[in-house]
Amino acid sequence: MSWILPPGVSTFASDIDFLYYLILIITGIAFVIVEAGLILFIVKYRERPGRKAYYTHGSTTAEIVWTAIPAITVVTIGVLSGGVWKTVKGRNSVPPDALPYGVLVKQFEWNFTHAGVDGALGTGDDFTLRNRMHIPVDRPVVMRMTAEDVIHSFFVPAFRIKQDAVPGMEIAVWFEATEPGEYELACAELCGIGHSNMGGTVTVHTAEEYSRWVAEQSTTAALR
Amino acid sequence: MATTALPLEHATHAEAHELSFIQKYIFSTDHKIIGIQFLLMSMLFLVVGGLLALMIRWQLGFPETAIPGGALLPETMAPDGFLLPEFYNSLVTMHGTFMVFFAIMPLLVGVFGNFLIPLKIGAPDMAFPRLNMASFWVAVPAGIMMLAGFFVEGGHSGAGWTVYAPLSADPEWTGVSYGQQLWLLSIAVLGLSSILGATNYITTVVNLRAPGMTWFRLPLSIWALFITAILVLLAIPILSGAAIMLFFDQTIGTHFFDAATGGQPLLWQHLFWYFGHPEVYILILPAMGMVSDVIANGSRKPIFGYHSMVYAIIAIGFLGWIVWGHHMFQSGMNPTLGMTFMISTMLIAVPSAIKVFNWMGTMWRGNIRFHVPMLHAVAFVAMFVIGGLSGVFMASTPVDIYIHDTYFIVAHIHYVLFGGSLFAIFAAVTFWYPKMFGRMMNPTMGKVHFWLTFLFYNLTFFPMHNLGVAGHMRRIYDPSQYEFLQPLAGINQFITVNALLLFASQLIFAVNFVVSWFRGKRATENPWEDNGLEWTVPSPPPHGNFAEVPTVYRGPYEFSSPDVSEDYLPQTTRLATDRTPAAGSEGGSA
Amino acid sequence: MKRFVWAAVLAVIGCGGGEGAAGGEDESPMTMEATGPRGEATLHAMVKFEGTPPANPAIDMADEPSCVAKHQGTPMDPRVVVDGGNLANVFVYVKGGLPAGATYSAPSAPVVLDQDGCLYTPRVLGAMAGQPIDIQNSDPTAHNIKAVPTENRPFNISQPREGMTTTRTFNTPEVMVPLECNVHGWMNAYVGVMSHPFYGVTGADGTVAIQGLPAGTYEVEAWHEVFGTQTMTVEVPATGMVHAPFTFSATS
Repeated sequence: MSWILPPGVSTFASDIDFLYYLILIITGIAFVIVEAGLILFIVKYRERPGRKAYYTHGSTTAEIVWTAIPAITVVTIGVLSGGVWKTVKGRNSVPPDALPYGVLVKQFEWNFTHAGVDGALGTGDDFTLRNRMHIPVDRPVVMRMTAEDVIHSFFVPAFRIKQDAVPGMEIAVWFEATEPGEYELACAELCGIGHSNMGGTVTVHTAEEYSRWVAEQSTTAALR
Repeated sequence: MATTALPLEHATHAEAHELSFIQKYIFSTDHKIIGIQFLLMSMLFLVVGGLLALMIRWQLGFPETAIPGGALLPETMAPDGFLLPEFYNSLVTMHGTFMVFFAIMPLLVGVFGNFLIPLKIGAPDMAFPRLNMASFWVAVPAGIMMLAGFFVEGGHSGAGWTVYAPLSADPEWTGVSYGQQLWLLSIAVLGLSSILGATNYITTVVNLRAPGMTWFRLPLSIWALFITAILVLLAIPILSGAAIMLFFDQTIGTHFFDAATGGQPLLWQHLFWYFGHPEVYILILPAMGMVSDVIANGSRKPIFGYHSMVYAIIAIGFLGWIVWGHHMFQSGMNPTLGMTFMISTMLIAVPSAIKVFNWMGTMWRGNIRFHVPMLHAVAFVAMFVIGGLSGVFMASTPVDIYIHDTYFIVAHIHYVLFGGSLFAIFAAVTFWYPKMFGRMMNPTMGKVHFWLTFLFYNLTFFPMHNLGVAGHMRRIYDPSQYEFLQPLAGINQFITVNALLLFASQLIFAVNFVVSWFRGKRATENPWEDNGLEWTVPSPPPHGNFAEVPTVYRGPYEFSSPDVSEDYLPQTTRLATDRTPAAGSEGGSA
Repeated sequence: MKRFVWAAVLAVIGCGGGEGAAGGEDESPMTMEATGPRGEATLHAMVKFEGTPPANPAIDMADEPSCVAKHQGTPMDPRVVVDGGNLANVFVYVKGGLPAGATYSAPSAPVVLDQDGCLYTPRVLGAMAGQPIDIQNSDPTAHNIKAVPTENRPFNISQPREGMTTTRTFNTPEVMVPLECNVHGWMNAYVGVMSHPFYGVTGADGTVAIQGLPAGTYEVEAWHEVFGTQTMTVEVPATGMVHAPFTFSATS
């Protein structure tokens, strides 16, 4: 049992992880203060014969203090979060040079259309893989994602990315992987009886490896 | 007709003997009986919801072993004792549905709204007793319909308790048709019950307060129930309307939520959560109010910062309306709205913090009596804090990207609804049991039940945070499908074992509840030495409650006042310095 | 208002229960006493294919290694199976000509539909209305089976474990009921649901023998999932064999 996040391998993973640990520390302090205070009061002020409780209706100073401190803290967290949110999901956040992917999600499959050698969708060398996505390292990719039937959710824990796929909407999701390797992809939104079978993998290649792989795949696709 | 019916509604003790058994205990208009009826019904659904949870846990903890007693389940649910994914989805859906709509909500609002409001404000009954009776008897068929869904062809709804469209909108996607339709009709009917109840509570609190019961002499439980009733009255019609739209999508193909034919799936989420977030506060505000009453009593001290507490309730009631979008950060909703909802959500932490610190302030320098209700009330504070703090993680939109739809959310909601609401319900039931039934519950059994519940509750739900941090999605039938979740199998087993023990511990409460009803020590008028009006009448109070209209001289939390030698001072006690309130100055009188 | 709600509740519960029961076997018209005539003739259907059959698409099964292991080479989606000009997986059945009101009882022995290597075996099958269909999972992975009929009640069930068998029936004649697996989008099967026992599916040799027909004039239809349907009229004598040659082509 751990409060440590699994390794993050996308450009914005460290920002998200920073916020997570910041909130963990702040809430951890609040948790300790409250729980320790409760335990202290329980022990110290337990009923003793002949004693009467201190008669008071409160303190305005105390009310101001414990209104202001939480308010300032949470608004600060909110402002810090806002910046990261804008980078990851803001309306204009997709980097202009991102490699495009088409993603059609259906019960219970992910269909990733890869752009092929020319790096552009809608051309003859596009090819589609089921439940498998291949991307180059250190290059932003953008998925134009839509769902065929019900709502699904694209979740790659290692990239710290999650986005619902909604029928009738084309939603752009971008990320940039920083480590080559194979990462698991999951559906995070209950989508029917095959929901837990809706996994897949995202393979991150080095730049050279990716060029080689994509050329190979485009040839196979052309032959079909 | 009118001449015979009307006086019965405001019956006084003189007329009580005219009531038959059926009028007195079944189709009763007495708010206390209706409260007890709601109590028994919602405890039944609490058990049902708990059993469903145990089946979910079994699947997650021991997927390779047939579920004990699984042979009793039909082949469409668990062939050879192994749960099917479609049944698992129904379990997930119905556990949430029963707990939210048929257990916690009626326990807080139906039971204690009914039982406490007239007694605590000095009224003989609700403003509209027959409407009150209707609110219970409308809830009963809603419950039967919701249970019936398990027995129809295609099984029960499997779209989650939030029944997201389009999964819920078309049988094509789940194979569920009648189950989902029964779900929607049941919710619409139950909504009618809630609206009838809320109308009554609001009218009663505004009009039937005893002389001297000014707004700022109301117990916090009544303030919380009053604000809750306003939320119910405004929020439930939205759910009912949305449910009817979805019902039409299901049955006659209106396609309100179907993108292919001009509908919009996100519309369902907006409508659901526009109801759903106020609903979250409907499920916690009454708990906060009642815990405040119990903590002041247990600490033998006035509530610290009574006015702040009232304003915090009102602030939560207001802010609760403008935070619904935080359930939809990853839904594809305009990300700029995400920023707005993040800030409003962060702000709602402030009144919650105020309440926690004021409860601590109340205990500070108190003379704390650890009766069973007080144990549960302190546990409420300790657990609600965890639920509140974990909420900050998901309020932060970037962190939510990662933890959304994971077990972190499951942990959070259970720290609020079980650690929060249910501990408050245990506090309230044990506190007002003597007034309800005229008997004391066994304190030893009560303490054993508390400690076992507290222990196994935390062992069950705290590790769910860690599952969420590791990325474990919620609502998945088979985590072993994912390599990154396989190392978590041990935690899942640990949680399942503790969930079984947690459930078993509740048997102690059930036995204590039932046995004490018949064999418990007779309760005096005021066993907890409290100040509220309900403690000035016999236990249980007669039909009509007060032999004469009480007069209120002070607030409900005058514990350890230097003016008297005892450490409590009832609201009705007239000291030499007290003035008689001007006639008709406060509330109405019966 | 209250009375209205009660009425609505009762209506729904009654309606739900009633419809559920109607889906069961016992109310099926096919379990009535069989009075339909039977004879001794055999209808021998031979289905040929002319021209070059279209290539079957390859299946991207890479994400399901346990199924890939059951195939040699690239798994192909067997939509069109032609061997030496013989077309397999054609559902041939008597469409018309049986005496009006003739009824046949459904056999209690089930037909078996297996899921093996992430493909349905057989891909095309026939069953009588009311006859049990045993759906088996021979794969160490989860399948769901979604039936999307137009005349029968749809279902959507799952088989998460290897070795599971689930039995379902269709109660109304329908050509064809499509079955699909949504975990593996390429998996399709077709069930011809018949009110009589005079049907069959062509094998690898493109033929099927339909036995026990009484003498008469029948309309016989051949159905293929890609090439559609063809019908012909066949005179069946009291005994012996009558041939019904069908020819499909890539352009038909």
